[in-house]
Amino acid sequence: MTLSRRDLLKGTALAAGGTFVSALGFDLKPAYAQSRELKISGAREYKTVCPYCAVGCGTIAYVHGSGGLNTTRSVIHVEGDPDSPINGGTLCPKGASQMQLAMSPRLEHTPKYRAAGSTEWEDVDWEWAMSWFARKYKDSRDATFVERDAQGRRVNRCEGIGWVGSATVTNEDAYLITKTQRALGIVFMDHQARI
Amino acid sequence: MTNHWKDIKNADVVLVMGANPAENHPCGFKWALEARDNRGAQIVTVDPRYTRTSTVADRHLQIRPGSDIAVIGGWIHKVLEEELYHDDYVRLHTNASFIVSESYRFEDGIFAGFDEATSTYDRTQWSYERGADGFVRRDPTLEHPRCVFQLLRAHYSRYTPEVVAQIAGCSVADFEAMAEIVCSTGTADRAGTIMYAVGWTMHTVGSQIIRAAAILQLLLGNIGRPGGGINALRGHANVQGATDHAIVAASLPGYLTVPQPAQTTLAAHLAAYTPRPAVAGSVNFLSNYPRFFNSLMKAWFGDAATPANNFAYDHLGKPAGDATWLSMWDEAHQGRLEGLVALGFNTLLAGPDVPRLIRSMTNLKWKVVIDPFLHEAAEFWNAPGVDASQVQTEVLYLPAAHWIERGGSFTNSGRWAQWKEAAVDVPEGVRSDTWILSELFWRVKELYEDEGGAWHEPIRDLTWNYVNPREPSLEELAREINGYDLTTGRLLDSFAQLRDDGTTSSGNWIYAGSWTEQGNMMARRGTEDPSGLGFHHGWAFAWPLNRRVLYNRAGADANGEPWDASRAGIRWNGTRWVGDVPDFGATTRPDAAGAFIMTEEGVARLFTTGLVDGPFSEHYEPAESPTANILHERVAVNPTVRWYDGVRESLAQSTDEFPYAATVYRVVEREHFVTSHVPLLVETMPDFFVEVPHGLALEKGVVNGERVRVWSPRGEVEGVAIVTKRIKPLTVNGRTLWTIGIPVHWGFKGITTGAMANSLTPFIGDANTRCPEFKAFLVNMEPVA
Repeated sequence: MTLSRRDLLKGTALAAGGTFVSALGFDLKPAYAQSRELKISGAREYKTVCPYCAVGCGTIAYVHGSGGLNTTRSVIHVEGDPDSPINGGTLCPKGASQMQLAMSPRLEHTPKYRAAGSTEWEDVDWEWAMSWFARKYKDSRDATFVERDAQGRRVNRCEGIGWVGSATVTNEDAYLITKTQRALGIVFMDHQARI
Repeated sequence: MTNHWKDIKNADVVLVMGANPAENHPCGFKWALEARDNRGAQIVTVDPRYTRTSTVADRHLQIRPGSDIAVIGGWIHKVLEEELYHDDYVRLHTNASFIVSESYRFEDGIFAGFDEATSTYDRTQWSYERGADGFVRRDPTLEHPRCVFQLLRAHYSRYTPEVVAQIAGCSVADFEAMAEIVCSTGTADRAGTIMYAVGWTMHTVGSQIIRAAAILQLLLGNIGRPGGGINALRGHANVQGATDHAIVAASLPGYLTVPQPAQTTLAAHLAAYTPRPAVAGSVNFLSNYPRFFNSLMKAWFGDAATPANNFAYDHLGKPAGDATWLSMWDEAHQGRLEGLVALGFNTLLAGPDVPRLIRSMTNLKWKVVIDPFLHEAAEFWNAPGVDASQVQTEVLYLPAAHWIERGGSFTNSGRWAQWKEAAVDVPEGVRSDTWILSELFWRVKELYEDEGGAWHEPIRDLTWNYVNPREPSLEELAREINGYDLTTGRLLDSFAQLRDDGTTSSGNWIYAGSWTEQGNMMARRGTEDPSGLGFHHGWAFAWPLNRRVLYNRAGADANGEPWDASRAGIRWNGTRWVGDVPDFGATTRPDAAGAFIMTEEGVARLFTTGLVDGPFSEHYEPAESPTANILHERVAVNPTVRWYDGVRESLAQSTDEFPYAATVYRVVEREHFVTSHVPLLVETMPDFFVEVPHGLALEKGVVNGERVRVWSPRGEVEGVAIVTKRIKPLTVNGRTLWTIGIPVHWGFKGITTGAMANSLTPFIGDANTRCPEFKAFLVNMEPVA
């Protein structure tokens, strides 16, 4: 029989519960076991990676909700992944509070636009937002694109748009940023590695 | 990192300098503690502050911000003069014996070939001397006066303990006590590692600080072996991966180079980056550059990239000059940049010189901010002191999904690409980065199809073979990054299979092997560690080729025997290399080629033409310095730094006005700026503060817990004074110098708000990377009445 670390912890908890029976004269085990089980019982485990520094700590997100019709998946707990050879289940204060970042009520859910000279945002829909974005992007690209430089060399660069970020996106999105922006002729490009 | 997090447990000496991992990388730093507990390793810190890492270190040396090269130079001096170097390693694996041309000089702070008008060097003046066969001349005795070893000795002969102490502000005795430990690993049976972070990169001499460390580690024989290396600790989850995939000005994925205007043809571009061997028997691996470059162009432009059309070479833009962070903001400052897109990046608090950044931002016609949170960079028009009605910039904010809602991979500091699962769905009203990027691309593409406009052939030709073209899956992108054999349609196992004839594609050659016909190697979760050294080849994927220690051939001697049998990286068993994935031909005999296959010399470079500001590292003062440069008073600051308009005027002109050295840093409860939205972390570290040395507080009447004001010529901050004995007074060139510490985490948004530390920092950067000099500047301070 092989015992995982978590099996072992459960076993330890039960054994501790057992000692309460003799000390107090009545059986706390069901109550104790319930308090240990409730929090993540029925939750699914998702293996993810801490979003903060680049140690790359393996983490487990415990999620309620199947994702099926009329359900919403929700993170109820995050802890270190004991299998990770990097962190072995440990997390720092930031990593340990990932759930508050994951499920923050401060996260935004609506695109916003701020007009020239305005003192406030106005909510806009995605159709309007992306249409505006593409229009601005194309107009600036057309206005500042240099096909040949002063020496007549073909340079095909857009001088009037900069792209920055990000060190917080996945490799796959980072690749897609470079692929699309280089194809569009962007040359002013950087991310947090520089600063 | 040349090595990786868990490998630090194999070290005998852990030097932490320019980093504070106990605070900023706690779960990685545990491997340093493991080295101490299990091997008796010594942990030492060198820093302007006594940090949380210092509290668990065996020894701490406090130095002045910006004096790192003087200190490392002092160690190099000691290693050479006391013959503490790993003699066999230096002779076998470095260019110590290479002879340098007669034109090389170093006089009064300037190397040969300096052009005053352009502030640049003609680096051909530092080239090697070549024989009739075209190969570099060498002197195996290391006695030729112009061999690298003798030039190195001459260069660092000035870095005596007394000179170093004067520059760094420490005592000679403290410097020497630290040197004893740091210089103690130059033997086959000892290994030393270096952990550094942005405390080294964020200087006008940042690249040269790291180069000095490389010289030291090569002399001590610490590169390529378990427990050794030079290990950069990255500060965001995917700094490494975003750099590998080249969201950076000068490179393309896999550290290929962005074409330059002078390279008007593909042939000219490839010739510029395809080196020739400098000695007989050098593998010169980068001679494969055309395979990597052409395969990238196949990944991007598919059938539109053919040998006949130079693989669509003209589809790539060629920048006029430097296009990094500072230069981009300078373009905005001068009114030439129309629009800026900031994705996952708080471009305002990041600095430097926030007031200047705000002025630059208000020159933009439009700005788009893509982020899960609405942060300061989206609301720069609402920053303290800014009259929004006067800001004409249009701003769009797009709420993006964040990490917990997305799969895909992050690459950690140790080059391990780890696949993660999406734990929850992207919420209603929010879009993924992939969707936003695709939607932008498609809408711009459709506008060009409808209206025409500037050069849009690359937009038309960009490959887009995704099941859902409006939102490619991360799996599809990962396979594209890995690359294909285009003849068979099979995924590649290795970049060795790449060809330059258009029959292969790879979006990033160093990730070839990360998703093969066997599946997603980044998602592997095998925990076995048969060597006990922590390689974990079955966990995730480390680039390149799942290699865990870079340059590992150098961890063995001329016969292929590891320097230390108890910590064998790779070993020659008579027919092949065994152990880690070899950084060498798997069946190449040990004596058949030089160990450093990525250099044309086949050995590591103690001397190089690779950096713009000198073949050896030299101490120059920070742009804003409290003292003269005692090595060469007339060349105080790195002579090759770029001075953007108005920057000279924005620096402190006298130490009477700005007498204190200052540096910025992070604390464990916060990660740059996003944590200001996390209640638990805000509760544990609520307020902006200033770390004031005890003696200075007495002098200035600053009381612990009361408020202080700190200002530089750029801006000012105000916050709670934390009076501390952790920062001692230094004696720099005979004068007392105080250092002030300032954390970076606050702004005008978030659960609590506070002063922006980067209002103080100067708009100037490293000569090579243009990484800003956040870590050494001058301020003044007073209690707030």
